[in-house]
Amino acid sequence: MTTLLASPIAMLPALVAEYVDFAATHFDELVVLTIQHALLAADTIAIAVPIAVTLGVATTYDDRAATVILWLAGIAMTIPSLALFGLLIPFLGIGSPPVIFALVLYSQLPVIRNTYVGLTKIDEATLSAGRGLGMTRRQRLRRIQLPIAMPVILAGVRNAVVIVIGVAAVGAYVGADGLGEYIFEGIRTGNTTMIVVATIAVSLLALAVDYTFGVVEQYLRLRNGETIDQALGTRFLTTLLSVRNTHQ
Amino acid sequence: MIEFDSVTKVYPDGTTAIEDISFTVEEGTTTVLVGPSGCGKTTTMRLVNRLEEPTDGAVYFDGENTRSVDEIELRRNIGYVIQEIGLFDHMTVGENIATVPELKGWDEARIDDRIDELLELMALPREFRDQYPTELSGGQRQRVGVARALAADPDVLLMDEPFGALDPITRDDLQDEFLAIQDRINTTIIFVTHSINEALKMGDKIAIFDVGEIVQYDTPHEILANPATEFVEDFIGENRLLKQLSITPVSDVMDPVEAHADQFDDVGGTAAAADGGERLSDPPSPSTDLRSSFITLLEADRSMSPVVEDGEVVGVITESGIRSHFRDGTEGA
Repeated sequence: MTTLLASPIAMLPALVAEYVDFAATHFDELVVLTIQHALLAADTIAIAVPIAVTLGVATTYDDRAATVILWLAGIAMTIPSLALFGLLIPFLGIGSPPVIFALVLYSQLPVIRNTYVGLTKIDEATLSAGRGLGMTRRQRLRRIQLPIAMPVILAGVRNAVVIVIGVAAVGAYVGADGLGEYIFEGIRTGNTTMIVVATIAVSLLALAVDYTFGVVEQYLRLRNGETIDQALGTRFLTTLLSVRNTHQ
Repeated sequence: MIEFDSVTKVYPDGTTAIEDISFTVEEGTTTVLVGPSGCGKTTTMRLVNRLEEPTDGAVYFDGENTRSVDEIELRRNIGYVIQEIGLFDHMTVGENIATVPELKGWDEARIDDRIDELLELMALPREFRDQYPTELSGGQRQRVGVARALAADPDVLLMDEPFGALDPITRDDLQDEFLAIQDRINTTIIFVTHSINEALKMGDKIAIFDVGEIVQYDTPHEILANPATEFVEDFIGENRLLKQLSITPVSDVMDPVEAHADQFDDVGGTAAAADGGERLSDPPSPSTDLRSSFITLLEADRSMSPVVEDGEVVGVITESGIRSHFRDGTEGA
């Protein structure tokens, strides 16, 4: 199938043609796998974000707790994914559950860290005004700190999603759905094309989700009154949502 | 309305911010706390809404020790304006103004009406309601800050150097407007500033702070006429007489029209006079301050001028009248 001596550049057009051909013939299956992959990531994020934001809020209350929580979340990220899946199988069986559990763990650090940073970097005068006007600590958190920190928290979530989409591919090894199935099947059958196409699909999915979150993040920053260079998607979104101003 | 009874505040690091301070703020008046930085004026103000707690002594609000009142409830009944404004940039101007009414659980229609009312009071256009604070200028932002503080019709308004970060022209405008607003709302105000001129302009009563203590608590007139200590005299600075002129209204010094009837060719309403000077295009009114009236006289090269209100001559202000007023009021200023 491949000639070892041929220069990779000279082979490129032939390879690309091969990948396109593979993608075209397996299109339906690729779409299904991509959707499964995205759903797995979405499930993970839906579970991970509430936990991480809660922990992030907790870190702002106590410096010592902050150190411990961030340290543990950092440790969690260093555990190799395959080892973690293996350790979880006795408790959670095979398939998606151990994978989601592990991915939830991996997404903690970026979200906790950004929640902490977002909540603590808020302008002192704004908080002082909230306090002076008679907001309780919880009201300040809900009405001032969280909305202002939202873009920063979202940047952490965005970070986590990209990690999750990448690592989720490994989940196929323990039976989780997603594009990882093609990668492992490619490895098993020596089908490089299959591996490459699935990998590109994983990357494209990650890039698309990253961009979308980036646009939402920018939109939230604009709403908070920050001045930024807007991405094309952000300009589109703000135009789309500018009805808000005339509507209320 | 608010009474400080031998209040001492020592911070955890050992600094004594204020020591054994006692004074009373009367209902419906503006009391200005003024002094150099680090004198304890801001701490004193923050004791009122319990952003600080006294180490010793007590603060009474309507006769009740503030420590026996729920601090959140207390703060919602006290308006609070700070120099940094501290608007919530993620909320619209309307939402900012609605903060305290919402915390107090007012119904939506009432809040809605109140926002419009306050925008009008603060001379802000209605369209600002749905705009975000970052779109506004510094002066406009502080107007929103004041509107937000007044939203739930507080009994007391605390203002911590509210106009301190604004440019001089905007500051002057806002001071004038605020004086007019204050006449309408009749709220008890505690106002902190480091500027004696602002204190003289805004205050019914002024408390001058030296490090940690009040050295004089009096009306602006009394402080200018009889500074209690050398510190007060230094703090007032130069041109004491000019400052007195600035805060004295024409009505305090003017003579009745009849006393000068022979000097005017037409007492009935025009501002023309027979003393040889130019005709006055903009004669003073009873509320005009003496400083600008005096300048008006000098510019027109006249020794007297009619005082006009609503197109009627209501009195006469004379150069000699101004002179003798201050000869009686002050010695050697």
